Amino acid sequence: MKSSVITFPGSNCDRDMDVALKKFGFKNKMVWHADAELPKSDLVVLPGGFSYGDYLRCGSMASKSKIMQSVINFANSGGMVMGICNGFQILVETGLVPGVLLRNKYLEFICKNVFVKIKDKKNKYFKNVDNEVLELHIAHNEGNYFCTKDQLKEIEDNNQIAINYCDENGKIEDRFNPNGSIKNIAGIFNKEKNVLGMMPHPERMIDTSLSGEDGSLFFKNLINNLK
Amino acid sequence: MIVNEQVAVDHGLKKDEYAKICELLKRTPNITELGIFSAMWNEHCSYKSSRLHLKKLPTKGKKVIQGPGENAGVIDIEDNDAIVFKIESHNHPSFIEPYQGAATGVGGIMRDVFTMGARPIANLNSIHFGSPQHKKTKNLLRGVVHGIGGYGNCMGVPTIAGQTSFDSSYNGNILVNAMTLGLVKKNKIFYSKAAGLNKPVIYVGSKTGRDGIHGASMASASFDEKIEEKKPTVQVGDPFTEKLLLEACLELMAGDSIIAIQDMGAAGLTSSSIEMASKGNLGIEINLNKVPCRENKMTPYEIMLSESQERMLIVLENGKEEQAKKIFDKWNLDFAVIGKTTKSKKIELYFDEKKVADIPVNTLVENSPMYNRKWKKAKLPKKNKIKKEDIKHLKIIDTLKKILMNPNVCSKEWIWQQYDHTVMGDTIQKPGGDAGVVRVHGTDKAVAASVDSSAVYCWAHPLTGGKQVVCESFRNLISVGAKPIAITNCLNFGSPENEENMGEFVECVQGIGEASEYLKYPVVSGNVSFYNQTKEEGIKPTPAIGGVGLIKDYKNMITMEFKEVDNLVLVIGKTEGHIDQSLFARNILDEKNGPPPEVNLFNEKNNGETLLKLIDNNLIKSAHDVSLGGIITAVAKMCIKGKKGINIKKLKYLINEIEYFFAEDQGRYIIEINKKDFKKVADILNKNAVHFDELGTITEKELYINDKTKVTIDELSTSNKSWLNNYMSK
Repeated sequence: MKSSVITFPGSNCDRDMDVALKKFGFKNKMVWHADAELPKSDLVVLPGGFSYGDYLRCGSMASKSKIMQSVINFANSGGMVMGICNGFQILVETGLVPGVLLRNKYLEFICKNVFVKIKDKKNKYFKNVDNEVLELHIAHNEGNYFCTKDQLKEIEDNNQIAINYCDENGKIEDRFNPNGSIKNIAGIFNKEKNVLGMMPHPERMIDTSLSGEDGSLFFKNLINNLK
Repeated sequence: MIVNEQVAVDHGLKKDEYAKICELLKRTPNITELGIFSAMWNEHCSYKSSRLHLKKLPTKGKKVIQGPGENAGVIDIEDNDAIVFKIESHNHPSFIEPYQGAATGVGGIMRDVFTMGARPIANLNSIHFGSPQHKKTKNLLRGVVHGIGGYGNCMGVPTIAGQTSFDSSYNGNILVNAMTLGLVKKNKIFYSKAAGLNKPVIYVGSKTGRDGIHGASMASASFDEKIEEKKPTVQVGDPFTEKLLLEACLELMAGDSIIAIQDMGAAGLTSSSIEMASKGNLGIEINLNKVPCRENKMTPYEIMLSESQERMLIVLENGKEEQAKKIFDKWNLDFAVIGKTTKSKKIELYFDEKKVADIPVNTLVENSPMYNRKWKKAKLPKKNKIKKEDIKHLKIIDTLKKILMNPNVCSKEWIWQQYDHTVMGDTIQKPGGDAGVVRVHGTDKAVAASVDSSAVYCWAHPLTGGKQVVCESFRNLISVGAKPIAITNCLNFGSPENEENMGEFVECVQGIGEASEYLKYPVVSGNVSFYNQTKEEGIKPTPAIGGVGLIKDYKNMITMEFKEVDNLVLVIGKTEGHIDQSLFARNILDEKNGPPPEVNLFNEKNNGETLLKLIDNNLIKSAHDVSLGGIITAVAKMCIKGKKGINIKKLKYLINEIEYFFAEDQGRYIIEINKKDFKKVADILNKNAVHFDELGTITEKELYINDKTKVTIDELSTSNKSWLNNYMSK
């Protein structure tokens, strides 16, 4: 399976994503934001970081960079595109997934482990994952997902919510919401479910010596689903 | 502008220093030259009050590749890998403007590290605030934490450990010390020594603006009522540009075109160009019209003294300019050839085709003032006798809870949760333990680092305090299973012109020197920050020690949380019951006099090395050093982190129970071992003449001493975690 990770100026989880993808069998290529063409890929990843220093609005400038037109075309033709953290913020700015990401409710950067409940398994990202709940890691300042009432209705009608913040038993409650996201939303799909944006970093959970192994579960499953 | 003695004094120079400048130049300097002298001769850049004493520190060792004198120290961690590290203060700017002051402190220290070719792999910090009740403290704390996070998080470098304290002596002068570790191949280390004639001098990075002019001079003066007026002297950071600069520099460094490289830190273009010339015994000629400027009509004086961030100066090989420019263009950074190296041994500056400065380099560096300041030796205070009636009524559990929620002991999760501590995917020990640990990417090795200071001990007796901080750093690394290699120090003190403050400095440095010599734990880099005072009142002497150690196989790393019920808990090291200057004495008994705990270097070394032996033999399940709050506090923290309890045995001790539990004697650790290993462990400890006590057995969820003295771990955990959260949310 071939993957591409886009490096924008200010990306800082691009290497970590490269390491994770390769560990689970992807042939990964790093792609520079100023390139016009995407290499042939089964999966395109927009990594975390602070593209363009988060200036103007998180993700907004990166969403206009040269490579993004190819990424948008790729997504519109059904290609798998995953945005993590700042990548999620870029995806919202392109309009590939609905909604916006506001500053965290308590106006502070949060770096910690969280639990997320998988809301929908009828997609190539989470199909065949045995667990209902994953322990992943978040590290962000602007992860407070927000959308209009109409959008929310549409999102829910189409089962576009991918994961919700919850406790270790999968209970979705306000007190397990780290950043104020509407409905505890941690990740969301486009209508066709080939595009996924999420705040948690699975690439930081791929080693027992690190924070845990649920990221490994995610990637192992992902590559099998793509085969 | 005409330069005279008054203008020089306004630049922070002393009258005799100005006379010396005129004598060295054999004429009156012009305003640009005076600015350059004032920047190079201030305390921050010239170390004029401290140089004499710093020379006495041990700086050599088998593992030392580069000691003090470069942008950062470098140590060998085998297999052609090396760690570049340094700690630096940004105290004055952070008090004036906490967010930017702290942010640029972090930015500056990272630049010092990647200037040497190393990719930063971990950040640490040591931050000290005034009393929690002081009106400024909360906002300063919030601003500093946001600033450190704002810069480090954006750079994508994990912040893995730190230290926060509160003490009223910092009410008018907080401390913000930032430390960075970088990883480099031994054969790809870059230095700041220029070499060769007619080599192009290149400016890269951000444009030069009017920010931070005279920052270094500001950092060399005391505060008074007018500090708000100094806001414009604080630099403004842009971590995004620094991230680009990091990637561009590392890309250029992969080739072989760089002769020398130096970041523009304090005193900007002035100190960077002069340091390169001085180390290379060369001259440098610069055309200031070529310097990329952010603002119109900047004068030579402003260009030379600006402290705009995220800039570097490089001496390149001839003919490599185009190739280098391509890299900086790719990263959207300025790149300008602004001058060349010369044989004149002078700094010669041109602007609008006129020569605007002409100064022999040695007058700025070798001839800079050096003072043997007067200092007063501190007496060892008399020991206090604890009166039985003072402690008779105290209940151990209530006292323990009070200590766990003391601002200097409580959990600092509110702080470190705002720092990205997991980016780069190699953080195997997060903040909140004895030391932070990161793996050396792609290998089995890991590097442990911690930063420590004990202002109260240093204040009570500087010599003992200086020794103690080094020992505590040593213990923190050993507690995670790392072999300590070397330290960096950030020496925060009051005015060197005050004999008592100067005495504190001299004796703390002596103590640091003695301990690091004995423990074979040399000082490889550091920084001195004087004038930490508002009006006449100086801070408590606060040398901060950043220690770095190596774990050969990261799977053998030790953490502090209790692991398993029924395991045994031992105390390594002897408890004499030293209460003076302990957290218990100061906060529970309200007794502020007396000497700090004695430091016995033989015991420190022997106890530490023996513990490492136990760790090497896989006999240790968890370990934690005993520091503030004594044995019971250390044990409580291990219980809280491991969500386990402990059943403490009835003690066979001559000293009072309270003294046993709360004393802060040095050289001690708490360890957890498996019952079946007891004999092996006891044998090794006995063979090495290490004293130990059997403290108790791990249980499910209670700290139990006897039926009247017990508490659930949940309750202790709440005490420990609530203070800072409550304080910040009020």
